[in-house]
Amino acid sequence: MNGKRKPDKTEKVVRSSPSAKKNRHKKDVTDPNTPMARFLLLPSLVGVLVFYVVPSFIVAYYSIVDNPISKKFVGIENFKTLFSAWAFTQAAKNTLLLSFTAVPAAVILSLILANVLNSKIPGKSMFRTFFLSPMMVPVASVVLIWQVMFHHTGSVNALLTWFQGTHLVGFIDHVILSLGGTVNHTDWSAVDWLKSDKAMVVVVLLFQWKNMGYNMILFLAALNSIPKDLVEVAELEGASPMWRMIHIKFRYLSPTFLFVTIMSLINSFKLFREVYLLTGDYPHEKLYLLQHFMNNTFRTLDYQKLSSAAIVMAAFMVVIIGVLFTVESIFGKDVEE
Amino acid sequence: MNDTFDPKPAQTADIPPQNAAPMPVRRRRKRKGTLSQRINLMLMTLFAAAAAFAFLMPTVLTITNSFMSQSEISANYGVIFSAATDGKTFISKDVNLKFIPDIVSASQYITVLFKSPDYLLKFWNAMILTVPIVVFQIVVALGASYSFARLTGRLKEIVFFIYIIVMLMPYQVTLVPNYLVSDKLGLLNTRLAVILPGVFSPFAVYLLTKAMRRIPKVYYEAAMLDGAGEFTIFTTISLPMVRSSLFSVVILIFIDYWNMVEQPLILLADETLHPLSVFLSKINTQETGLAFAVAVIYMMPSLLLFLYGEDALVEGIASSATLK
Repeated sequence: MNGKRKPDKTEKVVRSSPSAKKNRHKKDVTDPNTPMARFLLLPSLVGVLVFYVVPSFIVAYYSIVDNPISKKFVGIENFKTLFSAWAFTQAAKNTLLLSFTAVPAAVILSLILANVLNSKIPGKSMFRTFFLSPMMVPVASVVLIWQVMFHHTGSVNALLTWFQGTHLVGFIDHVILSLGGTVNHTDWSAVDWLKSDKAMVVVVLLFQWKNMGYNMILFLAALNSIPKDLVEVAELEGASPMWRMIHIKFRYLSPTFLFVTIMSLINSFKLFREVYLLTGDYPHEKLYLLQHFMNNTFRTLDYQKLSSAAIVMAAFMVVIIGVLFTVESIFGKDVEE
Repeated sequence: MNDTFDPKPAQTADIPPQNAAPMPVRRRRKRKGTLSQRINLMLMTLFAAAAAFAFLMPTVLTITNSFMSQSEISANYGVIFSAATDGKTFISKDVNLKFIPDIVSASQYITVLFKSPDYLLKFWNAMILTVPIVVFQIVVALGASYSFARLTGRLKEIVFFIYIIVMLMPYQVTLVPNYLVSDKLGLLNTRLAVILPGVFSPFAVYLLTKAMRRIPKVYYEAAMLDGAGEFTIFTTISLPMVRSSLFSVVILIFIDYWNMVEQPLILLADETLHPLSVFLSKINTQETGLAFAVAVIYMMPSLLLFLYGEDALVEGIASSATLK
């Protein structure tokens, strides 16, 4: 703005003078689009194009031809084969189930944790450090302890067995029965956590353990950005805590909800790390994830399967993110920054 | 309680008379709520303490258990890593999770550090993959984010949008293009196959751009009017102002790549190149004792980085709380 207005004035005065050229040059003095600013983008741009964007188009191309050598166009044939492959559908199902449990849980739990840390409890910074620390511990390092805890004869089962021996179970049974429920005692007995369909529980727990701190910080920042006077006015006007929660807090938190959800979603796709380190190459059927499928397909180098699977996942991500963005823009539209 | 109450009288002084009326009402409500508030606070503190315990336990247990001797570990955890013994040592039938070893010994560390080069080699592998990725991703990203923050125009917006899309793609998607390129360039099964895609990953660009955009444009204009070149602007305005974000990005990238499993599994067929993160899962059953010590050594670099730069990390994460 500034840069444009000023030269206009000078130009009027010195239009015919020989120094016009110099002034033209001066006009650009505050223009940020300098050659140097453009140049600095170049290394990154070339890298992203070479390693991500251009090969992605090749991948898209591979997904619609019969093989990389003869390159005959086959339409959606590869996708049909992919979806008829049991391994892929099973892996996709497991991954989706995992993501759709882990992500909402992560959002809710970290919001609770952020609210706790946003209250007036003592030792906040200490708690913050504690909650954040799992993020900095490599998964590989704590896998041993998780194995010890969740092994068939491990600590969690020992705890469950102990719990079953206490009168507490009888009491809970009593409560459930009196509420008209049924009691199923196998629920409390030892479970082989890592080698049964309960394995998902362990993985989701591990996910929460690792990611809650990061999400909590994001929510804390958002909670702090809510204007204090707005909340106070609402309180004065007699708005109930529930109303304040929905109409003020959630509105202001909505961009953060979006961010936390997307970040957790991406991180939930990295859960393969935990699963792989806990259970190795051959996990329980319920823990066979898309990354396992990709690893196996890389081993046989089936380019059609690889590229069509990658395209399906990419499309899925784009759709999910699009939906999230739309929801967020509807819900948080009239919040002023 | 005191800190909530003290500022209130001071505030009433500033409030115009017509607003003063509701104040006593509010005050009374606060006082009435004191007991329940106090209980509430106590419950929350208890909750936070319980959560903190759960959060710390795995890490602390790993550290304390690393000071056990091999025989104690096989006695306690032998069942899990079965065949850990040859029938000579005692194995308890159930797993005994212990907070504190019976006999504190540093023997595992001595073995890891001086007697079994295998682990150190894997540690070195992790270093030689992670450090170049972090350093060069930051260098490349600093330039790019500076450009993104400075440049104007539609084209830049589109390019930045592409960066975001690439950033949001999970490894399951990006590893296929990465593999293709490494294959074409003949890099497969070399460390460069992992390092190069890491260096050009848009993650750091994205976070640093957000940090750089918060610098008021006026600063740049003033500097340019005074005749400063891009380099001067970059080193005297941009860099100092994004310092905490920069540090948090360094930590985030470091931990992500220090933790990597997917890329080496696919891009490095040669297992001798694998970093410790992958190797630790394949612990030799004879060496369960060592595994704890190795695990502790492995978590040290990232934990130290964290303890050193926690405030910057928190500040950096907090400032990235939205996607746009």
